[in-house]
Amino acid sequence: MKLNLALAQINTKLGDVDSNLAKHMDYIQRAKSQKADLLVFPELSLTGYVLQDLVASVAHKPTEDDPVFKPLLQASRDLDLVVGFVDEDSRHRFFIASAYLSGGKTVHVHHKVYLPTYGLFDEGRFFAWGDSVRAFDTRFGRVGMLICEDFWHASPPYLLWLDGADIMLFSSASPGRGLNDRDRLESAHWVERVIKGYASMFTSFVAHANRVGYEDGLHFWGGAALFDPNGEEVVVGPYNEEAITIAQMDLNQLRRTRARLPLLRDERTALIRNELDRILSRD
Amino acid sequence: MIDINLSINTDLAREILAGFIKSEITRAGMSRAVIGLSGGIDSALSCALAVEALGKENVLAVRMPYKASSKDSLDHAQLLIDQLGIPNKTIEITGMVEPLFKLDPQITKMRMGNIMARERMIVLYDQSEVFKGLVVGTGNKTEILLGYSTLYGDSACAINPIGDLYKTQVRQLSRAMNIPAPIIDKAPSADLWAGQTDEDELGFTYEDVDKLLYLLVDQRYSPQEAVEAGFSEKFVNAVATRVRRNQFKRMLPPIAKVSNRTVGYDFLYLRDWGT
Repeated sequence: MKLNLALAQINTKLGDVDSNLAKHMDYIQRAKSQKADLLVFPELSLTGYVLQDLVASVAHKPTEDDPVFKPLLQASRDLDLVVGFVDEDSRHRFFIASAYLSGGKTVHVHHKVYLPTYGLFDEGRFFAWGDSVRAFDTRFGRVGMLICEDFWHASPPYLLWLDGADIMLFSSASPGRGLNDRDRLESAHWVERVIKGYASMFTSFVAHANRVGYEDGLHFWGGAALFDPNGEEVVVGPYNEEAITIAQMDLNQLRRTRARLPLLRDERTALIRNELDRILSRD
Repeated sequence: MIDINLSINTDLAREILAGFIKSEITRAGMSRAVIGLSGGIDSALSCALAVEALGKENVLAVRMPYKASSKDSLDHAQLLIDQLGIPNKTIEITGMVEPLFKLDPQITKMRMGNIMARERMIVLYDQSEVFKGLVVGTGNKTEILLGYSTLYGDSACAINPIGDLYKTQVRQLSRAMNIPAPIIDKAPSADLWAGQTDEDELGFTYEDVDKLLYLLVDQRYSPQEAVEAGFSEKFVNAVATRVRRNQFKRMLPPIAKVSNRTVGYDFLYLRDWGT
């Protein structure tokens, strides 16, 4: 089975959801015309990233009756979509969220579980922490979604792997930092290295959609990427400019790789549980 | 001394910084920039980056000499203007600042320097309105950290593309962008009085202080660790104190909080709000 994946690295208008939605619809058309089966947008693609006090005013619910999600859900009848937004729960907690939309339905919503609140980041001040990491079934197999800092920690991708995800879809709004004499920023190096590492260690497909553009002095670097279950790069998009990057996932590669390298088969989950229980119960 | 490499990928720096200028000026609803061209390297680099971002017809270079300014400053600014082929104006500030100088016979060089820096700010912001362009800043990371600028004077700007580059990195990027050699090679100077140079006034070289600041700021070394890395204790302490004492120049003035929602504390939006 083959899956045509499209990764949208877009710039956004900060706090202008209608304008960002229009750009989503445009990219959806472009992805459709290139026969994409699945289109992944970056973190907070409908709102912009450094929202601060704008958070409450840009929140939406991924339901049919929401004016922003209605056209997106409609579009998901033609191709599956991952969009980034601010989710508000029934008790008015606000989450950084990704929604997987397919066949006119919201299949899964992930709330970011790690909110960086250090250095240039201040997410914990404005958002609630997500409290679950779950894989979910799609027409392409079992998928997991994570948002930026979620995959700076090793445990969320690991949990998704154990929960059955063979395709990991990561999205980011990653501010570029660490300019030195190398060919790309330290932050870009770091992200590419860990994504490649997850694909290798979990013998899975790992895709990453990162935004571009600026918010005040912050610059987002793009570089959408897909790595295959051998940890090999399938595609890396351009840096620092808007683009739609298309790559084909040959899902049969999962079988070929895992026949050669049975890391999943040999994973000692009971051992991990025992040791975690011991570590966590320590005084 | 440990090995400290401050060199940067100049192609990447150029792309990010020109992109920043274009993005931030466009989002403010403008398409043009105004830059005070001193004849020195910082304003030359900001100007070249603005030209790369906006096109040469959209960048106004303003030279603002005082009667005691060195002729080299004017000539070097002209070299860059000619090379870039940009609109330019020369507005002498002598007649504007002299009346103020004359009010006080006790006036010091430092006060005169600050008055000149602030007068130039007034001229630039006025030209900003005439040219319909935003004032692009020219302060580098070294001078911002050391507080080596006049508050509301040369530090005043709408956006600053080079404020995260140390002076030595400004030199590297300037070479890559073909800034005329006399501008790159001369001793950095605020040119507020004859013979003034930055390095004399600061008491150390940019080469040395950039490496120290890189350890203290970027690499989060403690002063003690910087001494162990090979810098003299006196130098480390002098620089660390200078950085601390000049924090006020890097911030908006604090507002005394009395209400439930106060600008600067809990009324938080980026400048790019809504754009």
